[in-house]
Amino acid sequence: MDAIILQILNGLDKGSAYALIALGLTLIFGTLGVVNFAHGALFVIGAFCAVTLNRIFSISFETIDPTKTDFLGNPATIKTTYLEHWFGPDPAAWMTDWSVPLAILLAVPVMLLVGVIMERGLIKHFYKRPHADQILVTFGLAIVLQEVIKFFYGANPIQMAPPEVFIGTMDLGVWLGFEANAIAYPYWRLVYFLFSAVVIGAVFAFLQFTTFGMVVRAGMADRETVGLLGIDIDKRFTITFAIAATVAGIAGVMYTPITPPTYDIGVELLVLSFVVVVVGGMGSLPGAVLAGFLLGIVESFASMNEVKNILPGIDQIIVYLMAIVVILVRPRGLMGRKGVMED
Amino acid sequence: MLGLEKKDFTLLLIVAAMVVFAPFILNPFPEGSSLAQMFNAGYPDLMQRFAIFGILVIGFNILFGLTGYLSFGHAAFLGAGSYAAVWMFKLVGYDIIPAILLAILVSGLFSLLVGYVSLRRSGIYFSILTLALAQMMFNMAYSVLGNPSSGYNLTNGETGLQVYNSDPQIFLSATGQNFPNLLGFSMRSETHLLIGNWDFTLNAGYYLSGLLLLISFYISIRIFRSPFGLMLRAVKSNQQRLHYTGLNTRPYTLAAFVISGMYAGLAGGLLACMDPLAGAERMHWTASGEIVIMSILGGVGTLIGPILGAGFNEYFKNILSKINDSVLHEWMAFLPDGFENVMVTLIHPFVGKGWHLTLGLLFMAVIIFLPGGLVEGGQRIGKLFRRTKADKPSDETPAGKETE
Repeated sequence: MDAIILQILNGLDKGSAYALIALGLTLIFGTLGVVNFAHGALFVIGAFCAVTLNRIFSISFETIDPTKTDFLGNPATIKTTYLEHWFGPDPAAWMTDWSVPLAILLAVPVMLLVGVIMERGLIKHFYKRPHADQILVTFGLAIVLQEVIKFFYGANPIQMAPPEVFIGTMDLGVWLGFEANAIAYPYWRLVYFLFSAVVIGAVFAFLQFTTFGMVVRAGMADRETVGLLGIDIDKRFTITFAIAATVAGIAGVMYTPITPPTYDIGVELLVLSFVVVVVGGMGSLPGAVLAGFLLGIVESFASMNEVKNILPGIDQIIVYLMAIVVILVRPRGLMGRKGVMED
Repeated sequence: MLGLEKKDFTLLLIVAAMVVFAPFILNPFPEGSSLAQMFNAGYPDLMQRFAIFGILVIGFNILFGLTGYLSFGHAAFLGAGSYAAVWMFKLVGYDIIPAILLAILVSGLFSLLVGYVSLRRSGIYFSILTLALAQMMFNMAYSVLGNPSSGYNLTNGETGLQVYNSDPQIFLSATGQNFPNLLGFSMRSETHLLIGNWDFTLNAGYYLSGLLLLISFYISIRIFRSPFGLMLRAVKSNQQRLHYTGLNTRPYTLAAFVISGMYAGLAGGLLACMDPLAGAERMHWTASGEIVIMSILGGVGTLIGPILGAGFNEYFKNILSKINDSVLHEWMAFLPDGFENVMVTLIHPFVGKGWHLTLGLLFMAVIIFLPGGLVEGGQRIGKLFRRTKADKPSDETPAGKETE
């Protein structure tokens, strides 16, 4: 029993990342009708917002300390970060420690801007072009974005630490009535899961309870009619795109302590997120979230040693196998609407 | 001639001439000059890649160009072909005929499986499905079937599959060769032709790839002009109408998918013949993306486009990756000092290790401004010339049949 709970928990953090990316993909596909191959790159941009903020925080200047000398007898220089200079040592230490969550504050405006520029500058011109062209141009954009990041940050993974409070593991088993150390779960993964739940909830609430969201939902159902009612649907869709980009971006920010970001993590996640979208049902937001968590958990179960001993390597391909089964048995996906993308 | 119309036959002849004289055309600068180091492309390695990727993209074009189905997983078939060929080297010996035949067969089987599943859907779904299935094949090759400690190490994982001395190679003694060969004629053997300062290399492997490129090109022309090809075009222009007339299009699209998969297998087998090892990175989905890029750069749905696209991509990849900072400084030497450094810093991200960026930007530019690729570009320029010369719009498309 405890092993099962542990695997479910292990699947949750990866599932959260899948769900967040797939949610954005579905939002874009549902509103704009475009499959965004650059969505993985948006996740990476978010991740590197965290890296950037961390670097900004560590920018420092040197002063000469007259009281100390180094081993050659020269006056020693001490490095002081600007952060410390401006805010004092304690807040500076706190801010550096919390740089990953704080990076969300940087990532949100950056991602909104990137989203608006992408949609207005590029994707807008492809609404009337064939689907293949949309896929290809976003694919090209993904390559370009990825290479730009590689140019600035290099190709090596960059380690990022979560705030010190969340380092280490928490003994969940004791809470649930198991013996100690039966279910040990890293704090940060729990934070990531709760964070993604909040983001997903916020997106759904936004779509469900605001006028703006209502218009967007109406536009997803019938774009033309909404336009005929005198609503500037294009502007709404631009903002929707920016929101989807932001969701991917902050998913990337918070993911950095789990996997050290490299310029090409988006590539792998993107393929899996597409699988998630297909399994969940193209154009269905709850489907994307459900399938995201489902696939994350299934993947985690498949990587158990007990399973691997019977079917070696199954954890590498289980997600794809599930997608094939879903396509063959239920082409519209788990929660897809009847008639949507069934051809 | 050969069952082709006059125009197509001329095109075939032009391509044949290009293949035969490539070692000369691609070596325009004398040996040892700095221009030669940078721009000469007439060495066997690169020319083999031109021909092999030409074959690959010709095959891809039969699927994407004719039916409009955008496969994002073709590299998987290339990789499967390579693995099959290397296995043949390991088991039978360095004869390339069985290796290439098995490569085509294996890729054909894989494409049949992948095609059967993914062709149930069309449009975006098809692209995503091929992408996922190919990525699954990549994962299988990279880790699942490549674990040296397990009993079924088919691909040798990260290291890549290669031929070892301990391999059976039951027919090796017959020819006594230790490199892939065609009836005892090694793929590595080459003749150097020294004319003046020029050194032209005529390489057996290249000419074999070139010959196969010509055959593939011929077959692709025949497919383009056949009733089967016409049916595929009908699928592209309006599949729904075909369904309404009571026609089942899936056998046709599946046939096209398998044919293009077999082309990829041939290319993969040839890659292994030129260099007998196979790695999983050949199957990664970004490699599939590169195939798409090549076909777009050349011109989708045209006959000559794939060859141009493959050549263009490989050539510029080669040149761009060779330009480093010292070369840039040399080129910009005529500028005033400060300005020179600024220019070098500006160009630096786009060359050398950053060639991906340049190709990505170029690819985007082509999609945005020139969806027909190089062929359309050539036609536009041709039209421009004709207009200015005759001062009246021509009523026939310049490149005739190719535009279809």
